[in-house]
Amino acid sequence: MQYLLNVEKLSVSFETPKGVVDAVREISFTLGKERLGIVGESGSGKSQTGRAILGLTSKNGSVSANHILFDGADLSRMTERDMRKIRGARISMIMQDPRYSLNPVMRVGEQIAEAFRVHTRASRRQAKDRTIEMLNRVKIREADKVYNLFPHEVSGGMGQRIMIAMMLIPEPDILIADEPTSALDVTVQLQILSILDDMVREQGMGLILISHDLNLVSSFCDRVLVMYGGQILESLNASDLNNAKHPYTRGLLNCLPSLERQGELAVLTRDPKWLEGGYNIP
Amino acid sequence: MGLKTPLGLEGMVNKSFPPPIVGQLFRLFSSLILTFIGLTAITFIIGRVMPADPVLAIVGDRASREVYDAMYLQMGLDKPLIQQYLIYISNVVQGDFGKSIMTARDVLDDLIRFFPATLELATIATLIGVFIGVPMGVGAAVYQGQWFDHLVRVIGLFGYSVPIFWLGMVALLIFYGWLDVLPGPGRIEVFYDGVVNPVTGIILIDSALQEEWEVFWNAVDHLILPSTILATFALAYIARMTRSFMLDQLNQEYVLTARVKGLKESSVIWGHAFRNVLVQLITIIGLTYASLLEGSVLTETIFSWPGIGQYITTSLFNADMNAVIGGTVVVGICFVGINILSDALYKLADPRARGD
Repeated sequence: MQYLLNVEKLSVSFETPKGVVDAVREISFTLGKERLGIVGESGSGKSQTGRAILGLTSKNGSVSANHILFDGADLSRMTERDMRKIRGARISMIMQDPRYSLNPVMRVGEQIAEAFRVHTRASRRQAKDRTIEMLNRVKIREADKVYNLFPHEVSGGMGQRIMIAMMLIPEPDILIADEPTSALDVTVQLQILSILDDMVREQGMGLILISHDLNLVSSFCDRVLVMYGGQILESLNASDLNNAKHPYTRGLLNCLPSLERQGELAVLTRDPKWLEGGYNIP
Repeated sequence: MGLKTPLGLEGMVNKSFPPPIVGQLFRLFSSLILTFIGLTAITFIIGRVMPADPVLAIVGDRASREVYDAMYLQMGLDKPLIQQYLIYISNVVQGDFGKSIMTARDVLDDLIRFFPATLELATIATLIGVFIGVPMGVGAAVYQGQWFDHLVRVIGLFGYSVPIFWLGMVALLIFYGWLDVLPGPGRIEVFYDGVVNPVTGIILIDSALQEEWEVFWNAVDHLILPSTILATFALAYIARMTRSFMLDQLNQEYVLTARVKGLKESSVIWGHAFRNVLVQLITIIGLTYASLLEGSVLTETIFSWPGIGQYITTSLFNADMNAVIGGTVVVGICFVGINILSDALYKLADPRARGD
């Protein structure tokens, strides 16, 4: 398959006072023009994978990889200067909570327009027109009014739509969505996902959806990677999730409440052998 | 804001009467008046119940009983305290702070002479503190743990903990005594005294307005040492606070968003993080400026700077209560004024503080 992104043996580790913590351990995967879900518990390394691709691991962390190939270039060996041309313009990322990911003292319209102006020679006027158009596309009514609002004046759902508009305005090839709906009301989660879905389809992008929500990932993505302890335990098509073989994936599925199954929910048991490498799916 | 109310309602809200500005001004003035009453009442009562005898301070300890009693009555000290206070207040409102025992002039005239010297020194010290301290603090946060950060922290610790009178005397010894590159104490060379008409009382402004450039540069020379010494403290404080505010902001998620957009690091820092730091800094800078306006007694004494700090302290030693209360009122007005100003700037910098 024609891939957009090819990650091989990506590792991220952090220097902490208690010693080195390996957040991501030698994971490899490819992404085409598809919707790839990465699921796992907190601390499984899914968010750090997204950040490492963009070269935005925090200062106390170190990243190593055989390669992160994107459009013929290796992102893991790129200079910061070249990396800035990739960020936003080619690969973008949406974060969990718009209350924190939007700058509280800037008008939301200016923040979106800025994302456009960084990578184009557009004038202020053009950037503003593009921003309004973009706000309309993420189904915000009265876009010219919303343009002048500050982040504390918009709701969570609208904030996340603004984030989507901001990250998609330079028309990137890949979008990483890191728990894009986890901080939102259940009622608006679906709206946000459907907007995201429309936009990804229209622009023909590759999407990496990072989530802890198995149901959401299986219904929304084409393919799913299951991460645990910094490793990919299983990679399968979303439609096959219910037939997952790995005991961890099975365990996760059994933890979900269901209308058909009655009685107590299972508790996840973990086996250290999973992380020793070469664990063969029975 | 607009979206929360249907369009029709919004129009009505905007046309409400009286307009919101009236309410704001009313609140402002009532808080000013309350502050003024509290400030004068406390200072006045402290002044009157203090064991120092204001009558004795005027007539001297060799005065006869009759002279003493006559002065006692003349000063109205036989009246109840509350009445004395009301008389004082009604005089103050008419611009009469009474006479200073020490200088034998109206306290108001004294304040007009002494306060501009402090204003000049404090303003320049604050400006130095802000324009050097803020970039230092931002740099320290950005290069956290590297040599620049350590340097800033050492300077911060030094400026905050070295006694200002020691620093002032050592600076005088080196730059005036040994190297002789800067002038000694005072606001201006005696030779230039009285060349410019005091209009604002701030020599830099007066001499510039009257185009007496020799006087201007002489005043600048005299300002260098005391303002730098005074600024050390402001700078250390502002740099330390800026550093910690900036470190806090750089860990916020909107900074990651800005980086994801592909912004240059300088735009991330100054365009995004610093705008949030500024919100917090306004209060810090306002407080620093206000505390410098109180008059730094030590600096003013070492550099023979005829400022309000020295004036209040000397008056206090001489039980010159009219002068002390007058000075305190001026300091209080400065504090309240700067608070109002920094509140207004805060609202300008932080949309969340604006309210409806």
